[in-house]
Amino acid sequence: MTLFLLSIMVFLGGQVLPGNVGRAILGPFADQRAVDALNHTLGVDRPLLAQYWGWISNFVQGDMGTSYIFRSPVAPFVIDALGNSMKLAAVAFVLVVPIGILGGVVAALNLNRPLDRIISLGGLSVTVLPEFVTGIILILIFGVWLRWLPISAAWPRDAGFFTQLYYLILPSLPLFLVLFGYIARMARSGMIEALDSDYTRTAVLKGLPWRTVIWRHVLRNALLPTITVIATQTGYLIGGLVVIETLFRYQGIGSLIFTAARGKDFPMLESGILTIGIVYAVATLVADFLYSVLNPRIRLGSDQ
Amino acid sequence: MSTIQTTSSTPDDTRPRGPLAEVFFSLLRSRTFLVGFSIVLFWVACALFGEHFAPYDPLADDIINALAPPSSEHWFGTDQIGRDVFSRVIVGSRDILTVAPLATLLATVAGTALGLVTGYFRGLVDDVVSRILEAFMAIPVVIVALLAIVALGTSKTTVIVVIGLSFAPIIARTVRSAVLAERELDYVAAAQLRHESALHTMFVEILPNVIPPILVETTVRLGYAIFAVATLSFMGFGIQPPSPDWGLSISNNYGMIGGGFWWTVLFDALAIASLVIGVNLAADGVHGALND
Repeated sequence: MTLFLLSIMVFLGGQVLPGNVGRAILGPFADQRAVDALNHTLGVDRPLLAQYWGWISNFVQGDMGTSYIFRSPVAPFVIDALGNSMKLAAVAFVLVVPIGILGGVVAALNLNRPLDRIISLGGLSVTVLPEFVTGIILILIFGVWLRWLPISAAWPRDAGFFTQLYYLILPSLPLFLVLFGYIARMARSGMIEALDSDYTRTAVLKGLPWRTVIWRHVLRNALLPTITVIATQTGYLIGGLVVIETLFRYQGIGSLIFTAARGKDFPMLESGILTIGIVYAVATLVADFLYSVLNPRIRLGSDQ
Repeated sequence: MSTIQTTSSTPDDTRPRGPLAEVFFSLLRSRTFLVGFSIVLFWVACALFGEHFAPYDPLADDIINALAPPSSEHWFGTDQIGRDVFSRVIVGSRDILTVAPLATLLATVAGTALGLVTGYFRGLVDDVVSRILEAFMAIPVVIVALLAIVALGTSKTTVIVVIGLSFAPIIARTVRSAVLAERELDYVAAAQLRHESALHTMFVEILPNVIPPILVETTVRLGYAIFAVATLSFMGFGIQPPSPDWGLSISNNYGMIGGGFWWTVLFDALAIASLVIGVNLAADGVHGALND
């Protein structure tokens, strides 16, 4: 449903609202015949429904259209950029999921003590800051003053895995900070609830060691809501990628959309956004699946 | 969030107070709220009267003194065409503090109306509208903004409308769940028995009772609106030059960051950070005061 709505929005936003596409590309002084010819080549003089159908059915078959600016198929650009973004997002996720959960768990185990205050307040503060603000401050500290990390994410050609990783640390940090607060907060409140529950009390009273109680009984229940939050943050992460990739001049899907929007390259823009929508839908599905795997009370299928 | 709230109602106070006064005094006792509110107040003062106490004209260039590091003459240094960064940071609060609250206001009005209608009628209206709103919520604001701005062009109005409409579904969801609880109460049934119109029941009977959650959601959204406006300005899709807006200044100057001209971006970044944190602390205080 979201995908369908998104596709309509993208289509309307990208193709209908700007008016005359040929005119927009060729400029106000171009010959009207040239404009008409271009519109005909691009197919934007057909009825709306036909355009939408043509576009969406081609997209499903992997044909994303031809870039207005590069005059070549869009798909390779989008796939390339998506791969780059995945790398960046993966680094941020690999860092933030364990550390965020750990932060929340530590905070909950030290409830209302100074350590909890520091983690909760600190997490809340960094979460509400725009990525480009934390990004700028981190660049200043680690890139300009300490000179530990490169200030741009564009690694040299043929860079190996670890070099790429080295270049990705700084860009992933702002994303890390924003997500850290959410994940730590969910993990914390999940833990508090689980620690407070009857089954935890029973486990303690039957004499299980504290470590076993935490690992076997508390954590598993506490982390369920956290997984949902992590999945919903994917959509958010994508918005963050647009900003971070622009700031660090990184060739990802975010900067692809940004550049396409600036250059009014509609096929590129539409394909980029729709691709993101698909990634988001898949992430939500994966989260539902993980949730049901981890939660013994929900079982999909007929193994009851 | 409730952990950092420091208030509790005083049991020894027996004087009768209206609910609004109660909330007001509870806010005054909240350290979180007071700290946040002071920061916001400071920036509002800068937005209103900044020109009168800024040492220089924020738009006046002075090429000879371009990119001067911070000194006693220019506290925060000067930017690439010699404009005083200190004065720009002070006056730079103006645009974001106009656009973000207006966007929040639009979101609140639209969201409240949608929430009342979906919560009150339920059924088919609710299903259809809620599905569409859910779909909208899944799309990041930055993406919606990109599309809208490509289609409609850049202006403050576009930014206000985009952010306002993107946030409306979130407020609608909050209002809807509050209305769902309210509509089961007797006063709603009484109004329906009196054959009051649906509009009257929604806006005159139910609305006053769902104000607290709306207020909380609005203050929280204001923080996100500032986040979004700053981000859009940084991307070049928000507030336009020659405004000394913070996000815009950072976007103009961060290209030279490798050259060590840290003062052209650091103070703007800190200004945004302080404003966003201030609004969020205040929102946390409001949340605490209304949920006591």
